[in-house]
Order: sequence, then C-alpha cells, then structure tokens
Amino acid sequence: MQTGTMSTRPAPAVRVRPGQAVEIAERVHWIGVLDPDLRSFDIVLSTANGTTYNSYVVRGDKGVAVIDTVKEAFAPEFFQRLESVCSYDEITTIVINHLEPDHSGALPELMKRAPQAHVYLSSRAPMMFKALLKSTDVTPSAFTLVKTGSRLDLGGRTLAFYQTPFLHWPDTQCTYVPELGLLFSGDVFGCHFCDDRLFNDKVGDFGFSFEYYYAHIMRPFRQHVLAGLEQLEPLDLQLIAPAHGPVLRQNPRRYVQRYRELATARLNDQAVGEKTLLIFYISAYGATRRMAEAIATGAEEEEGVRVSLYDLEVGDVSPFIDLIETADGIAVGSPTINGDATKPVWDLLSSLHTIHVRGKLGAAFGSFGWSGEAVAMMEDRLKGLRLHVPFEGLRLKLVPTEEELAQCQELGRKLARHLVTPPGELFAEAT
Amino acid sequence: MPKAKVTFEDIGVTITVPAGTRLIEVSERVGAAITYGCREGECGTCLTQVISGGEHLAEPSVLEDQVLKDMFAPRGHRLACQAQVLDGDVVVKPA
Repeated sequence: MQTGTMSTRPAPAVRVRPGQAVEIAERVHWIGVLDPDLRSFDIVLSTANGTTYNSYVVRGDKGVAVIDTVKEAFAPEFFQRLESVCSYDEITTIVINHLEPDHSGALPELMKRAPQAHVYLSSRAPMMFKALLKSTDVTPSAFTLVKTGSRLDLGGRTLAFYQTPFLHWPDTQCTYVPELGLLFSGDVFGCHFCDDRLFNDKVGDFGFSFEYYYAHIMRPFRQHVLAGLEQLEPLDLQLIAPAHGPVLRQNPRRYVQRYRELATARLNDQAVGEKTLLIFYISAYGATRRMAEAIATGAEEEEGVRVSLYDLEVGDVSPFIDLIETADGIAVGSPTINGDATKPVWDLLSSLHTIHVRGKLGAAFGSFGWSGEAVAMMEDRLKGLRLHVPFEGLRLKLVPTEEELAQCQELGRKLARHLVTPPGELFAEAT
Repeated sequence: MPKAKVTFEDIGVTITVPAGTRLIEVSERVGAAITYGCREGECGTCLTQVISGGEHLAEPSVLEDQVLKDMFAPRGHRLACQAQVLDGDVVVKPA
C-alpha cells in the first residue's frame, strides 16, 4: 500500500471555526460549510449526523482558483470563509466539478462577486450550466469546457482535469493538483458525515457513511466507477478532498481501493467465462413455478449459460439485487391477481434503480386465471429500466399443458442463445 | 433491408446493422464507451464524434441541432441517441 508524505507527517488537530478557512495543504484551503442538522439528503438518503459541502481555494503564483461552491442556503457562511483567505478580485478561476445544486448553489453569487473569474466546467456540463443560471440575473461572461487531458497553470499549482462521467452525474469530473498529489474528487470518495474535526484521521468513525454513500450514489453506475478508477488509480494520491464528508489525508489510497472492491463483480468468481441468467418467480398454485422450471430447463441446454432459479415468496428481495447486478439476464414470473402482478415482484422490480441494469436481457412470464395483465406490466417495467426485452412474454391460462411447457422451454432456449450470441450477429439476425 | 457498418473506434469493433438503427442502440450492445443519459435528445450526454461516414447518418433534427449548439459541439459531432445509420460505413468514437 502506498503511503504518502501527507499521511506520515504529524497531523495537526484542528476544528472548523466560524469564518475561518482550514489549510489542508500548502496554499490550499477548505472553505466549505458544515450542515450538522441534515437528516435526509435529496429525499432518498438518510444521514445520522448531517453532511458537509466542501469547497476549496488553491493559490498559485499567477492566480487563485475556487473549487466547487456550496448549497445556496449556506452561501453567507461560505463567502465569509472564502474572504478569510482571498479577496474576490484575486480569483481568476472557478472550477465546478459537478453542477448539482449542493455544489453550485453559491456559484451565481460567486460569479457576481468575482466577475473576472473564468469558469471551468466539464464538456458535458454546458446545458446544465445554462439551466442553472436561467433563473438568476447572472450571464456567464467567460467559461471553458474541459475534459481529461485539459490542464490549467495557476503558477506553481496546476489543475489537471479528469472527466469521470456518471460519478454520479453526466457532468462529473475530478480536478488534480500534481504538485501536491491532491485530488479534488467531487462526490467520488465522499460521504454524508459532518464532523468539525474535518480530517479522516481525526473525525469519528465514518466507515458506514462511506459505504452507504457508495451504495446509494455510485453503485447504479458501477461500470462508470470502474472506468473512472482506471483514470484515478495511477495518480500519485497524497490527499483526497471530496465534495462531502471528511478530507482524506491518512491513507487516501485505501478509499480508492475500497471503491475498486465495491465495484468489482461478485458473481464473476463463480461463473467465469459463462453468461448468467436468473429466473425469479412467485406462484400461487404452482403453475407459474412450473413455467419457471421449464424456462430454466430450456436455458440450461445452451452451453456457456449458468441458470439460477429463485422463488420470490421468501419475501426479502435485497439479496437478489446483488445477484442481478452481476447477471447478464433476468426473467421474472408472476401470476395475475386482481389485474396486477404480485407485490414481491414489484418489490424486486422497484429496487433495481440502485444498480446498473441497462442493456441486460429481460423477459417476463406468468400463469393467469381470467385476465393476465401481469406479464405485459412486468415487461413494461423491464423496458422502462432499459433492459433489452427482445422476446414477447409468455402468458398461459391456468395449469400449463405439456405443449405449453415446451413453449416455456423454447423461451428459455431463446434467452440463453441470445446471451451467448455476439452482438454483431444479433443485429445481423434482425435484418 | 439496407444495411450499414458501424465502427466504434475506441474499442475497435465493427458491426453490421439494419438501416435506421440509432448509434446508441448499437453502442450499448457492444460495450463502446459512449455515455448516455436521457436517450431523448435532451441532455446531450451521448455526444459522439463522427470520424468518417457522417454522410451515411440521417440529418439531425431541429431538436438535435439545438442541443449540439447548446453543447458547443464542434463540427462532425452527433448525439448517439438521435443519429440513425442509413447505409455505408460509419466510424465513431466517444466525444
């Protein structure tokens, strides 16, 4: 494990004080704000002890850069802290790593106070930037779009940009100061945790918050996390300064490694070189179950496909989410009850937004008594999640006959064959 | 049905697709690194550089033209979720 000079030098004990910036490296200050009373972030995230909105100032010989801002409601405190380390007319550069309102809320006001400052945004950001400013009286006088490879010389302090799309917005980027091995990582490696001791070696235990943040914010973009890590891992990382939570100065690389562990597929060690098809079902009288078993039997005939069968009647769907994350395809079966699919199926299908499912193979099936709407409803949901649903779902009335079970087996075969067919050939088939 | 060939330069994959296929449909299936968000031509996330064969893509709609303008897209760039392949050979890579 790499240990940098930042992590070996004696760590100063500091506490965030009103109106005072905190030095985190030579000529670099934290000018963020604490939000200790927050308990629910963006509706969907909970936090036991608030969060921080981290912003930073980098002072070079030729210019001063502000990296990110804070939520609008905290702007006065942010500006007070900024004023403790620089004046507005010194600011040459504003970098926004990610335009979400918790980081860009004070940007319009900062642009007013420092109109000469040049704004640097990800090349994916201009439309969001325009939308952000439309309800203000600020017109962007000068801004530049940057991507991986773009650099900016502040004089003794360089800003090097790394575009990391979907960590966790399309516009996300990280900004690196090579002279210090300092990464302003935006939301990456961040967490909702508020502690005025600020540094990871001084604050309370935030391990849970770090994992929780990854699970809810980054996990849906697992492939993008891996792509982002390919860019960030080779960097000399002495200090990571994220946009939320503690500044990571002690053993910063450990947090990068943890992202790698969390983003690495779990099922791969069981099904190396094979495609995986998961079949989920719930069944009132055993008919939908027989369909599921027949689909599995058909799919297993195909070489190179690992098939698994699960009964959703066990109730808790959360273990299945982990499985689906690394699977290549899923088939979901439910009977129709009162014109709808059953609750366990909806519990499963409404939990998939926390993982990446786009482009996976999907299929639906089910037995019914009178009407049989469930299959089409499940199909719509799978398509809405942008799974690829190439085969019409199978709906059968009451107990399947041998002939109908053969149809189920054929669906299983088609699904499995689809999984092992190279994409180019699939398109050729479509012609 | 007329066919076209699309090459994703970043991963070195060429595949044959039916005319009318949108670039994004192909890219997500072959694992090219074109990122995308809305797939509706609004967010501009799937900006793609057309290396060659741009004439084999359907003309951009008014909506796509506007988004390309708002994104400050250089010449030879298209939105993968909007651009339909018509025929011939097209070579693209993520912008």
